[in-house]
Amino acid sequence: MSGGQILPGIGLMHYLSVGALLLVLGMFGIFLNRKNVITIMMSIELILVGVNINLVGFSAALHDITGQVLALFVLTVAAAEAAIGLAIVVIYFRNRGSIEVEDVTLMRG
Amino acid sequence: MLITAVFWIFATILVVSAALVVSARNPVHSVLFLILCFFNAAGLFLLAGAEFLALILVVVYVGAVAVLFLFVVMMLDVNFTQLREGVQRYAPVGATIGVVLLAELLMTFGGVRVAPSLATLHVAPIAAQTSNTEALGLVLYTHYVLAFQLSGLVLLVAMIGAIVLTLRDKPRARRQSIARQTTREVGDTLLMVDVRPGQTMAELGIFRPLTTLPQAPALDLIGPTPPVSADDATGRGDAA
Repeated sequence: MSGGQILPGIGLMHYLSVGALLLVLGMFGIFLNRKNVITIMMSIELILVGVNINLVGFSAALHDITGQVLALFVLTVAAAEAAIGLAIVVIYFRNRGSIEVEDVTLMRG
Repeated sequence: MLITAVFWIFATILVVSAALVVSARNPVHSVLFLILCFFNAAGLFLLAGAEFLALILVVVYVGAVAVLFLFVVMMLDVNFTQLREGVQRYAPVGATIGVVLLAELLMTFGGVRVAPSLATLHVAPIAAQTSNTEALGLVLYTHYVLAFQLSGLVLLVAMIGAIVLTLRDKPRARRQSIARQTTREVGDTLLMVDVRPGQTMAELGIFRPLTTLPQAPALDLIGPTPPVSADDATGRGDAA
């Protein structure tokens, strides 16, 4: 595949493969820890890091800064998502005394 | 070829610690492996020439997000072993989906053909002799200024949302009442008493409201205020 080498012997495909592995591990983590909201959120963070690795890999391979700008926005939104998600987990635990996902079937408190 | 070896080291540790994040029994270990993941991802970013993003990843993810996770994991008194009960049941499904997804991705990678013109199509090419941070700033504050402001708005909304969600309104909390503070007068709080030598407090009838003896009626030192303790009535609004 063209698109240029990022390092000697390391091309875009290597970066995309690492990103893909992180995506797969994140998906696997979501299915494996189906009860634990916190681990699910950590898996989502893994997926987002994989996305960022893809973007940075493209940016480096194509000598274009846009990928890094987009990665910066992904980082921002991921931080906001983690803060809101953890706040929801905290108030849910305060109300119910558990954080099992299977209990979260009602929107009411 | 040292730098290639460094790439492989970073990539291997990244993937292994990502696997440990999802499979660790103790969620605190999960968070610590997540931090290791972020560090190695930052290393990969550095190798790709994205120095600013690498350091931002360490600052934002390790410094804020992972610590937030750590706080929540340690703060919630959750029985985490109970949460791992169904893992054996869910593992085959998760593994199947993961393998299928990986196979799909590998097949996609095998079949990718990049258009030859891609190397010449640039949105914002990195100019020579500019540092990574400078190149990022040159486009971030010009082409992407709207998205930049919107991401700031997203962070603001997230901050306000998190505060609103987790703020617990204690009914007994001592709050500052500006109106009561500013409308107080000297006569409301000060009482001049003529004390003869040898006279006791009980004889004068000066007691704090909560320690009033039944037979000695307390002077109304506070005025018409809610029935709170004497410390409250000073209206200083001490943090509870």
